[in-house]
Amino acid sequence: MYCLSRGIAPNVTGVLKIAREHVDAMIAHAREDHPDEACGVIVGPDGSDVPTRLVRMINADRSPTFFRFDPQEQFELYKVMSAAGEEIIVVYHSHTSTEAYPSRTDVALASEPQAHYVLVSTAESGASEGPISVRSYHIVDGVVTEEEIDLTE
Amino acid sequence: MSVEVRIPTILRTFTGGAKAVHGSGTTLEQVLDDIEARNPGLKDRIVESEALRRFVNVYVNDEDVRFSGGLNAPTADGDVVVVLPAVAGG
Repeated sequence: MYCLSRGIAPNVTGVLKIAREHVDAMIAHAREDHPDEACGVIVGPDGSDVPTRLVRMINADRSPTFFRFDPQEQFELYKVMSAAGEEIIVVYHSHTSTEAYPSRTDVALASEPQAHYVLVSTAESGASEGPISVRSYHIVDGVVTEEEIDLTE
Repeated sequence: MSVEVRIPTILRTFTGGAKAVHGSGTTLEQVLDDIEARNPGLKDRIVESEALRRFVNVYVNDEDVRFSGGLNAPTADGDVVVVLPAVAGG
């Protein structure tokens, strides 16, 4: 069981439509890498806003407080997406001791204005089954806007 | 003499929305200076204190320029430069 951001915040505006299996896969990844932060993307056709293919990325920092895609792996991803007419629809990462809300570093470094930034917090239950929260945001020019998560089957 | 520079979404505000621009030069820095002339403000988002910004990755053809001379990385006609902001946070 997990807690989604559906309607819990007063200023939730946009919506992320995402398959349940993708949410489950992000949670599984976050638990596996706990206590380090896990990170990855879900890509989809250019301009579609539909996340279709989840790609786990290496956290080159291997850290409980930071993440960074490995530059070579990110470049390989870029080439595949570029050839396929895809773009990053979701950037996800985990917080392992804090809530599922973008940190100051997350906001300062956010560089995919078209993307949904999904935060998975394993702070409550760690690598085990238990409460976990998943929330989604847009981060543009330093402004964080939370959005609803609409699960599709 | 033309080098294609692929521009990430976040920097397309400096290129009128163009996904790629072209410049000339025999080093990455010369190419960036050339495209800066037509896309003012772009270089500053890639370069800081005469070095590549820490959270911007730049590739010439398939090579990460951090391992091939940084701003002095050689460029030639037909090369493709890819600018990718690091995906990172805390």
